[in-house]
Amino acid sequence: MVEAMSDAISFQSVHKQFGDIVALEDVDFVAPVGSVTVLLGPNGAGKTTTVRLTTGALIGDSGAISVLGLSPITDGDEIRARVGVVPPKPAFYDQLTGWENLQFAATIFESDEASAKAAAERFGIDHALDQEVGGYSTGMRTRLALARAVVHDPEVLMLDEPTAGLDPESARAVLDLIKELAGRGSTIVMCTHLLHEAEGIADQVVLMDNGSVRAAGAPADLARSYMANPVVFIDAEDRSDLAVLSEFDGVLTVTGEGARRLEIDSTDRIPDIVVELVKRGIRPTRVEPLTPTLEDLYFEMQRHHREGS
Amino acid sequence: MRWSMVRAVVKADLYRLVKTRDYWIPLLILGGIFFVGMPVILLGGIGLVEQNNVVTQIGSIVGSLPDAIQNNLQGETPTARASYAFAVYLLAPIAIIVPLTVSSAVGANSIVGERERGTGEFLAHSPLTVREIYLGKLIASLIPGYVAGVVGFGLYSLVVNIIVGPKVGGWFFPTVGWMLLVLWVVPPFIAIALSLILRLSARVRSAASAHQASSLVTLPVIVASYGVASGLLYSPVLSASIAGLIAWIIAFALLASSTGSIRRERLLGVSGDL
Repeated sequence: MVEAMSDAISFQSVHKQFGDIVALEDVDFVAPVGSVTVLLGPNGAGKTTTVRLTTGALIGDSGAISVLGLSPITDGDEIRARVGVVPPKPAFYDQLTGWENLQFAATIFESDEASAKAAAERFGIDHALDQEVGGYSTGMRTRLALARAVVHDPEVLMLDEPTAGLDPESARAVLDLIKELAGRGSTIVMCTHLLHEAEGIADQVVLMDNGSVRAAGAPADLARSYMANPVVFIDAEDRSDLAVLSEFDGVLTVTGEGARRLEIDSTDRIPDIVVELVKRGIRPTRVEPLTPTLEDLYFEMQRHHREGS
Repeated sequence: MRWSMVRAVVKADLYRLVKTRDYWIPLLILGGIFFVGMPVILLGGIGLVEQNNVVTQIGSIVGSLPDAIQNNLQGETPTARASYAFAVYLLAPIAIIVPLTVSSAVGANSIVGERERGTGEFLAHSPLTVREIYLGKLIASLIPGYVAGVVGFGLYSLVVNIIVGPKVGGWFFPTVGWMLLVLWVVPPFIAIALSLILRLSARVRSAASAHQASSLVTLPVIVASYGVASGLLYSPVLSASIAGLIAWIIAFALLASSTGSIRRERLLGVSGDL
C-alpha cells in the first residue's frame, strides 16, 4: 500500500523484544522527506534496533512501520534497495580492495561502476581504492562505508554512529559530508550519543532512552517545551554584588556561585537588568543570553523525565 | 531469484578465499597428501616389493577380493594385480574425503563468518534475498570442494597411470566407475554435507563452533560415502547411477529445506536461537 509521501519514515507504537529484554517500547516518530532526523540517546537506548527495523533487517513484534510508503515486513527487499545504511562499526571483506568492496555493493544494489567511483570521490577515498581494506584506518573505513551506502543514490540514508572511533578532524569531515548530503535533499537519519554532532545538523531530534522515545521535534520547538523561560548569564567585577539580582523584576531564579545563571520571564528584561545593575554601581563584565544547545536541551529533557517519573 | 545477485555473492566469496592463503594452503597440502603423496607411497611401495613372503601376502590379499573384482584386475604378476586393485578399488574414497573436507571447511565459516566479521550487517540491510544469499554461499562452498576433487582426480590419474600403467599394459585410468563416482556421485554428497553445514553455520555463535559441529556432520557423510564409493566400484554403472540419483534427490530435498536457515536476524547476530 503506497501512502502519501510526506514522511519518509514513520514508526507507530513499535515494540521489539529480544527474549526478556525490551529493545523498543511503543516507539513513535516520523522522519519527513528531505529532513535530517537525529536519534539521540545513550548506548542501549534502542537507536540501532530502530535502524534495523526500518530496513526490515529485523521485524518488530507489534506496531506499524512505514518507509517510503512501504512496509518493511512485506516490501523489505524494495525498501532495502532504496535505503542506504552506515552501520556503527563498518565491516568489509578485508582481503578485498576498497574498489572490490564497492563493486560488490554496486552489483547487489543494482548500481554501476561509474556511481561507485563517484561515491568514492565524493567521500575522498578514491585514492585508496586499490588497497586491501584490511589495511585501512578507521577514518578510511568510515569514508568507504559512506561511499558504499550511497552507491545506489538512496532516498533515505541511515547513519548509525558514523563518527564512532574517529579522530576529531575525521569526525568533522564526516559530519560536513553528511551536511552536504542533507543539502542535496536526501532524507537522513543519524544515530548518535554525541550531542555536539547533532548540533547544527538536526532538523528534528528524537531523544531515546531505554527503548522509548522521550521527546521528539525540532530543536527550537523542544527548547521551547523544555526550556520555556529564557536564561541569561551575568557576571560582574565584584561578584558579591550579584546577590541583588534576585530582587529584580522578571527574574525567576538565580543560580550559581560565580557568574550567575538567571531564568527570566522574557528576553526583553535583559537591558533593564543591565541598567539596574549600573544604577546600583555594579559593573557587569558579562551579559550572555543562553542559546540552548542540544546538550542543554538533552540534560533538561532527561531531568524533566526523571522528575516526571 | 536473480542469478546476477547469486553470482555476485559467489564471486565475492571465492575471490576472498583465493586471497586468504592461510585458508587454502592447508587444504592444498591435504589434497596433495591424499591425491599424490599417499598413492605415490603406496603404489610405489608395492612396486618396489621384492621379498618373496611380502609378495605372497599381497597375492593372498588380492585373492581375498570378490570374484567380480578379481575378474577385472589387470596385470600378470601379483604385485601388478595388487597395484591395480589398490589404484582402482582401495583408494576410491579419497575422491570423496578431500572435496568434502574442503567444502565443509569453507561452508562452516560462510555464514557465521559474515556475522563475526560484521559484514552480516551489510548483507542484512542489502536488497539481497535470503534465498540469494543462501544459494550464493552454497555454490561458493561447493565450488572449491568440487574443483579440489576434479583437479585431485586428474593428478591421481596421472600418478596411477605413471606408476601402475607400465605394469598392466599401459594407461588404464580413469575407469568408468571412477568417472561416475567423480562426476555423478561425489557432487550430491558434497551438497548433502553442505546443506547440513550451512544450517549449522547460520545457527552457531562462532566460527570455531561451526568447524567443530561441521566435523560431526561431515564424518557420517564421509563414512556413508566411503561405503557407497567402495561398493560402487565393484559393479559401477547401474549401481553408481542409482546411488547418484538417490543422493541427488536427498541433496535437493535438504537444500530446499535449508534455505530458511538463513534469516536476517541471524546475519545480525541478534536471533534468539543463537
